[in-house]
Amino acid sequence: MAMRDNPILRVTAKILFAPIIVFGLYVQFHGDYGPGGGFQAGVIIAAAFILHALIFGLEAGRRLVPGWANLAMLAGGVIVYGAVGVAGMMLDGLFLDYNVLSYDASKGQHYGIILVEFGVGLTVTGVMLALFHAFAGFAEAHYRPGAAGGAAGGAAGGADDGEGV
Amino acid sequence: MAGLLTNLLLLALLVFILVLVIRTRKLFPVVVLAGAYSLVSAAMFVNLDAVDVAFTEAAVGAGISTVLFLAAMAYLPGAEKEPPEARGVMHILPALVICIVAGMLLVVAAIELPPVGDPTAPPHVHVAPRYLEESGSFLHIPNVVTTVLASYRGFDTFGETVVVFTAGLGVLVLLAGKTRTAWRRRDQDADSSGVQGHGDA
Repeated sequence: MAMRDNPILRVTAKILFAPIIVFGLYVQFHGDYGPGGGFQAGVIIAAAFILHALIFGLEAGRRLVPGWANLAMLAGGVIVYGAVGVAGMMLDGLFLDYNVLSYDASKGQHYGIILVEFGVGLTVTGVMLALFHAFAGFAEAHYRPGAAGGAAGGAAGGADDGEGV
Repeated sequence: MAGLLTNLLLLALLVFILVLVIRTRKLFPVVVLAGAYSLVSAAMFVNLDAVDVAFTEAAVGAGISTVLFLAAMAYLPGAEKEPPEARGVMHILPALVICIVAGMLLVVAAIELPPVGDPTAPPHVHVAPRYLEESGSFLHIPNVVTTVLASYRGFDTFGETVVVFTAGLGVLVLLAGKTRTAWRRRDQDADSSGVQGHGDA
């Protein structure tokens, strides 16, 4: 992993990591008032962790967000979304009826939308991180030069590109 | 008028990038060009006042997709295969006919569409006025896109989230399965003969 040894990339990644996450949270929870929402926020937050993994290596990325955390986010988002819907049914409303979530229908809609968007954000973050880890991990297992079974002969001429990822 | 000109310019830029993508044989430039394509599309959506869509396009199309493509590129050779020698007009005739017919059908369908921003267009007179009205006065949420997405069309978004979940799970199952079989086969290779370097990719 040559990228870890480049001081410019390393320092830039360290400086950018937290602001990207803060921006993602802003997009997530400010979606009611400006452009944005769960889908975009999920991608932005995942981008911060992917940047970290790109610069400091996949191992460091996996230590930061282990595989079970990815899967938990993946499933947790759908569960949160569904739970909001079921909560509406429990409170004598319909599935995904936010009006009954609070004493005031307008407030209930606010709660419902924020929770649902949070679920979407969780799932999207989980999926993006899981995909990146899966692809990059697959490359690392199969294409590291010198590793057993790696760099598959002439068929994969560009296999060295895998090192950058 | 200025908006229309900007859009035409961006559209021309899109076509230009597309031609570059088709003509480039190396994969790395193609991935970067695809990111540029998304970025130009995002600029076009901003110009059409679809800020949320533009945001998604910039984040997903230009950002994450590029990174995922780069990660996937690690399994591929660096360049496409050379195209076969030109085999005369008969070879491309069927594709040409299909393209022209499909394109003409699209153009004919597009003529029927109401102009962009026409307030009397069917989608703008059905439920949209109620959403626009209620979102501000009843829900007190200024971004109508969010209320439509998460509340009025909450069921659809639930479906979308499940689709994202399923897609992610599917890729994980595929890649994890491949890794496991590859590992097992590698172990068998090591056990049986000690010969390394089978070329599955």
